[in-house]
Parts: sequence; C-alpha cells; structure tokens
Amino acid sequence: MKTETIEVLKDRSSQIWEKGKDQKLACDRKSLAGSVTQRACAFCGSRVVLYPIADALHIVHGPIGCAAYNWDIRGALSSGPQLHRNSFSTDLAEKEVVFGGEKKLEASLLELIEYYKPRAAFVYSTCIVGLIGDDVEAICKSVGRKTGIDVIPVDSPGFKGTKKSGYQAACEAAFRLVGTGSTVGISKYSINLLGEFNIAGEAWMIREYFEKIGIQVVSTITGDGRVNDLRRCHGATLNLVQCSGSMTHLAKLLKDHYDIPFKRVSFFGFEDTARSLYTTVEYFNDPELTLRAEKLIHEEIAKYSAELKKYKKLLKGKKAALYVGGAFKAFSLVLALRNLGMKTVLAGTQTGSVEDYEQLKDICDEGTVIVDDSNPLELAKFVLEKDVDLFIGGVKERPIAFKLGVAFCDHNHERKTPLSGFEGMLHFAREVANSTLSPIWQFAPRRSQFNKSFSVPETISKT
Amino acid sequence: MKVLDEIKPAHNAPIPEAATRNACKVCSPLGAAMVFKGIQGCLPFLHGSQGCATYIRRYMISHFREPVDIASSSFSEDDAIFGGARNFEIGIDNVIQQYNPEVIGVATTCLSETIGDHMIGMIKDYQENHKTDGPPLVHVSTPAYTGTHSDGYREAIKAVAQHFAKPCKHKKPYLINVLPPMASCADLRYLREICRLYGLVPVMLPDYSSTLEGESWDQYNRISPGGTPVGRLEQMGSASGTLEIGHQPAYAKESAGAWLESAHRVRKETAGWPIGIRQSDHLMTSLSMLSGRTMPKEVEAERGRLVDAYVDGHKYISGKTAVVFGEPDLVISMAAFLSEIGIRPIICATGSKVKKWSEMLAPEIEDGVKDIHCMSGVDHAKIKAKIAELKPDLMVGSSKGFPISKEFNIPLLRVGFPIHDRFGAQRQLTMGYRGTQILFDQIVNMMMEVKQTRSEVGYSYI
Repeated sequence: MKTETIEVLKDRSSQIWEKGKDQKLACDRKSLAGSVTQRACAFCGSRVVLYPIADALHIVHGPIGCAAYNWDIRGALSSGPQLHRNSFSTDLAEKEVVFGGEKKLEASLLELIEYYKPRAAFVYSTCIVGLIGDDVEAICKSVGRKTGIDVIPVDSPGFKGTKKSGYQAACEAAFRLVGTGSTVGISKYSINLLGEFNIAGEAWMIREYFEKIGIQVVSTITGDGRVNDLRRCHGATLNLVQCSGSMTHLAKLLKDHYDIPFKRVSFFGFEDTARSLYTTVEYFNDPELTLRAEKLIHEEIAKYSAELKKYKKLLKGKKAALYVGGAFKAFSLVLALRNLGMKTVLAGTQTGSVEDYEQLKDICDEGTVIVDDSNPLELAKFVLEKDVDLFIGGVKERPIAFKLGVAFCDHNHERKTPLSGFEGMLHFAREVANSTLSPIWQFAPRRSQFNKSFSVPETISKT
Repeated sequence: MKVLDEIKPAHNAPIPEAATRNACKVCSPLGAAMVFKGIQGCLPFLHGSQGCATYIRRYMISHFREPVDIASSSFSEDDAIFGGARNFEIGIDNVIQQYNPEVIGVATTCLSETIGDHMIGMIKDYQENHKTDGPPLVHVSTPAYTGTHSDGYREAIKAVAQHFAKPCKHKKPYLINVLPPMASCADLRYLREICRLYGLVPVMLPDYSSTLEGESWDQYNRISPGGTPVGRLEQMGSASGTLEIGHQPAYAKESAGAWLESAHRVRKETAGWPIGIRQSDHLMTSLSMLSGRTMPKEVEAERGRLVDAYVDGHKYISGKTAVVFGEPDLVISMAAFLSEIGIRPIICATGSKVKKWSEMLAPEIEDGVKDIHCMSGVDHAKIKAKIAELKPDLMVGSSKGFPISKEFNIPLLRVGFPIHDRFGAQRQLTMGYRGTQILFDQIVNMMMEVKQTRSEVGYSYI
C-alpha cells in the first residue's frame, strides 16, 4: 500500500505528546498560521456560548458571513421561545465599512426589539467593528434607554484570539445580567448548572435528576436559557461547572462577587454522572439528599446495565480516537470508552490547559497520543499510525475518519441524540456500536477483504 | 415539551427593515474557496482571522461530506493593527511544508481588506524572499461587504483565468473553456460528458467534481485528488471558444469569458444554467456552434423521453405555483423551467443585490414577469412574508427554506447550496435533459404525495 508520510510542522511538535515518553507539554498558544487549525475565532466562541438564551435577541454586528454560518447551527433546545434559532445581522455593506455602522446598528436594534419584544439583546462585535471604531457600547446604552431592556455588547472581534477569548467575552456579557432579579423562593439546596447547553435536551435530563433528589436548579447556563434565570442565578447556593473551558470564568465571577463556590462536574458516562451527583449532595451534607441520590443512581444504573453489557461484548478491544473542544469532555470520554471495553489511543482538545493535559495523561493508557490544537493532517496521521476503529469529534473531523474507513460518533454541539446522564450512556454505546460494527467497512479500501478495489478475475473477464 | 413563556412577534409593530434576518446568502470567500477546490493540487488560503476559514470549512463539509482543508493566516490583535504580512509569510511557509500544494489560492477577508493589506505586494515580496520553485500564488479580492458567495465564485474564476491563461496564436479547434455556475459535482461531470459527446475537450474552471465528491481512500491524501491541472488552465488562451454558463456573467460588465475574449480572442458563447428543455436546447446550440456538430443521437433520445415525460406528468402539476430562492443563476433558470412545465414561479427571490433583476427574469419566464414577484437583495424573513401572503404550492431552493416549509406545510424541493438536511447534494444532477428529467420526476412526485397524503380517502392509484 502506498502511504504518504505526513510530517508534523516543527513549530507544532511540542503540542504533541505520547504517554510514557518524557516530553514537555506546550499548549494555550495561539494557532500557528497556515496550520489549518480546527479552532474557530473569538466571535464564534461568544456566539456559541450565549446562543441558547432563547428569549434574548442575538444580533451580529458585521458583514454577513459571521451571522450566516451559525444560523440555527446548535442543537440547543428551548422549551419555550425559539427566537435564538434566527440569525440577525447588520449585514454591513461597503459604505458602512467606510462611514461607520453605528446608525444601521441602532436602527436594527430599535426595529427588532419593537417587533420581537425580547427580554434582552446581545450585540456581537466582529472583526470589522473592531477596526472601524463603532462605539457599540454607547449604541447599546442608548437603545437600552429607549427600549427599556438590557442591550449588552459582546466584545468578540474574531482576531481577539481563539474561541477561548470569545468564551470570556460571553461570560462578561452574561454576568451583566446577574444580580438584577429577585431571589425570592430559592431553596438553600439550590444550584446553577453552568456550561450545559441543552443539546438534544440533555439539560432537561440532568435537571430531572436534581429535582428527584430534592435540589433546585435555579438556572442552566445557558441551555434552555432565559434572561430572568440569569438575573436571579446569584441566589443559588452552589455552582456546578460542566463545560469548564467556556464557563469557568463566569463561575469565578460569581464566586468573587457573590461568594458562591463552584465545583467541576461532568454528566457524561455512568462514572462521571454518579460522581457529579455525589459531589453535589456531599456539599449540602443532608442525609436525606444523599439517600435519594444513592437510590436514583442505583436505579438508573440497573435500568441500562444489561444492554450496555451487550455492547461491551461487541466493542471490546476496539481502538478509539477523540478530538473535542474542551478537556473535561475528553476525560469523560476516555472513561466512558473504557467502560465499553474500548481503548483511547488518540486524545486531543482545541483549548486544553496544562493542568487539563496533565489530568488527561493520568487517565489515559501508556502509548496514547495527546494533541493540542491539532489539524486534519496530524489527526489523519495518528488515525493511520494507531489504526483506530472509531473517531469521536465534530463535523470537521468526520470526513477524516470516513475517508479512511473509520467509524464516527458526533459528540459536538450539532448532535441530535442526548449523550448525557445514565440514559445518554446507552445512546452513546448504541451510536458507537452502530457505526463501528456496520458491515459497510468491508468495502472501504483500507479495510477491504478484496484488498483495495474489486476486480473481475482474469479467467472470467477473458470469456 | 412545557412552554414556559413565549416570545412572539408583535404583529402591530412595523416590519424590521434595517437588519438582515436569516440571510439568503453567505460570504464571498466561500465562493472563492469552491473555485480553488476545483484546481488540481490547490490549497485555498484565507488571509484574515481563522474563524473565516473554520466556518467555511464546516459549512462546505456539511454539504459535500468531504475533507475541506482551508488554511488561514490566523490574525491576532497585533496583526489587525500592524498588518498581516508576517502571518501571511509564516502561513504560506507552513502550507507548503505540510501540503506541498501545486497552487495556493489566496482569498482576502473583510479584515485584511479593511486594514488595507496590499495582497499583490505581499505575494510579490514572498516570492522574492523565497527564490525557490514554490507553487504559484493566485490572488482574488473577496471582502464580504461587497458581494455574496456567488460573486466570490465568479471573481475567483476570473482571477484564476487571468493568472494562468497564456497567449496563443493558433487556437486548438477541439479545445473549449467551460465556466460553470456553482453547481453540483454531478452537474460538472455532466458538462464534461456532454462536451465530449460533441467532440470537444473542455478545460473546466473550476472542476471540483472529484475533489468534493471523491472515492473512498486507501491512504490519506493531503489534498483531495482531482481538479483541473495548472497545465490545462494555461491552455485557456488557446481554446477555440469559451462556454460561460449562467445568466449573471452574461450580464456582467467583465466576466471571465469576456476577458478571455478581449485578451486572448477566445470566442465566447453563453448559456443559462441548463435546466428545462428551452435552456438545455440553448446549451446544445452553443455546443453545436463551438463544435460544428449536430446533436448526438443519444442526447436527442434523452430530449425525446423528457418531452414524453412532460406530457405524461403535466396534469399533476399544471396551474400550481412556486417560490424559487437562492443564487441568481439558479433562480433564473429554475423559474424558466417551472414556467415551461406549467408551474408559475410567483416569487423569484435572491439574496444577492442584482441590478435589473426583473429584466433578467422577464425574457426567460413564459409570459413574462407581470404576475411574478421579483425580489433581489432579500433575506428569508422577507421571502417568508411573501410566502405567507401568496401561499405557493411548492418551494424550490436550499435547506435554508426548511423552517418556512415546515411552518406553512409547503413541500420543499432542495436544490442549490447549501443542502445540509438531506443526503447526496453533491451528486444531484440538474443539468441537461437528463438532469431536468430527474427534477421533473421529483416535482411531479411531490405534488402526487401532497394529493395522496392530504386526502382522507387514501387513494392507492394517483
């Protein structure tokens, strides 16, 4: 078989490590020009984090592309308003780039707010706005005064950095609403769930666990989000942070300003879901809550164990690669795959920190390759070298897997199946098994029993 | 699902006009990237923030389901202030190291255009500083605030032709340039096939038929195989004619075809996107003019079968109405086709700002556009308002029409770009008598399905 050798760029080599080899870790860097990073920009980071706030108006101030590419892109569900699923943009034209876009922004906001009656508005700045010097803050203030709602600027020009700086801008923007609502009726056993985006209804599943145990969920930030929930979330006793990359900053703000402690959790896989529930009840230290949590966890695990065992038998020994946005998801995936009898041979994230990668190293097996801010060629290289059977990632990683005859599981924000909680683990197993064990791989050239392509035996073709 | 509270438009409030609500377009660098994907061994490179490249990659992957690697100069705040020359150089170096491309297609973004990065100068500097046999760098200017993806697509075709075409006194009689609209991979393959049937060898610009719909691989290809080789593009000046497809270039002041005609004296033939019998006839006539040959037997038979199908199917569709939305070239031809099969395209909408939009539509639509709402530079909110008013029987356009189709319970025939809620967009044939046959069957079947499912009787025969 002819194989092209793929070389890693010299400037990127320190962002790739193998467990068992003593190498220094480098991460938390801006992406190398020309490397074809899988990361997006700061604007994208802000937009995805605030996107699920369903009763707010989200308007992108800039030329059309920035708004068009994320129209209804996330599978973040709302139980009520659907305003967030629209794409609003000032769609700047050349004359506005030259003479300024403030007038158009103000007119757009006034009209849209009058028409849709949102509870608040978020105004996202793009690269162009960062350059032409529009005073977005002033426009927001003035429109806020005229309309009587909070109009909040999100400082997110794409060049400001990677998604991570966008996350920070989103947290700052969301924090402007915190503390402006009444906290009446909030129980002492109450939490906020940060970094849970209600993809395919996952927040609803997790919320139900807490309600069964007797813990009030004041707000999920930002999944199935509402402006009023954000206003009163400072009344909660404890913050749970799931997507650590995007929401740790808001958790820190809530700690500094309102003295609310936070704990990192994950609701992916049996182990992590159970651990997160125990962590929460331990904090409240009420034996009744603990009893209810134990009961719930036992019942739920019993419900799905038999079917999971069946999948484990089928998947045992298969090798997996994963490349995801944040590190906490990566930890959970390594454990969940292990529960299915599978081995993670390649693990990477777009935005992990040094501590994240140390932890990832700890839980991975010897020989696992760990990559930071990787690109398609590197991912393809390790998929081939490690001969993986399954790739877990998002839409941009899917064709890398499929072209090489490798199964794929979508674990990005576009997924349509809930993968969180106990029930989610079953969905995950099912999805992994359905792709990995499909009969179609026998025809893929890399897997083919016919060895590459089909040809008619000479004896027949001659007749 | 519990409804906690509702945000509903205030119906007495004036319709918002200033903002774009659910755009019926994307940005111009995407169009340029598509063209670059149609050159053999070419890697697209966007000079600006990395989000532009990542968004466009994701968008194209959800339509084509193929690897789409697009590099970026990954601007930081400093680069936005002091200029992106350094990042451009590092970026190009890294692309060459990683991908070893035969060509690099450089498109600008809003950011680099606004700060005034002098692209041609930067490319020249790069090439002077690297006196090696590096790949050619083709440049196209694509600020999104001046046009849409279809403008970026046309601009890139022109830029590539201008970069590569070499002057030639002796024209090759069998060689023609084919400049297609932003069509599917199957359409591009069809154009190649039909040219060959007329004894012509096409230089397709672009030809992403294999790069964006490739085979399953036994090794990883850094750049997807396929596309028109540079050697071929250099011959564009020696072609005996250019077939430029789409109404937009026909109306443009200087299209790639017009440039080839004035700079290289390559005769230009134009044809609309060949959907329907009249438009396909037009294409075949152009091919006859270029080749001096009459219509091949097998094509004639395809045409005959299509006419027969029109007759068999017309009663299911006659008198129906439709809305067509998307890129100008597709909307014009699709409207022309619908009008010739007895479906009135009562709304013809595009997100591009097209001068003389109704004048462009008028000659193509049977009985003109007096009763047609010709909307240019509009968004999906405006299209939706018109649909609510006129309640057409059929919607024709991209996946972006789905929310409206669902709300008003109008079937949506998915054509054009992007299609991300159905499978097989890349091999959807629309061109020629063959493509029209497929579209016609789909439309008749959609109307049959409506009749069958909305009747309580449950007819088994329709």
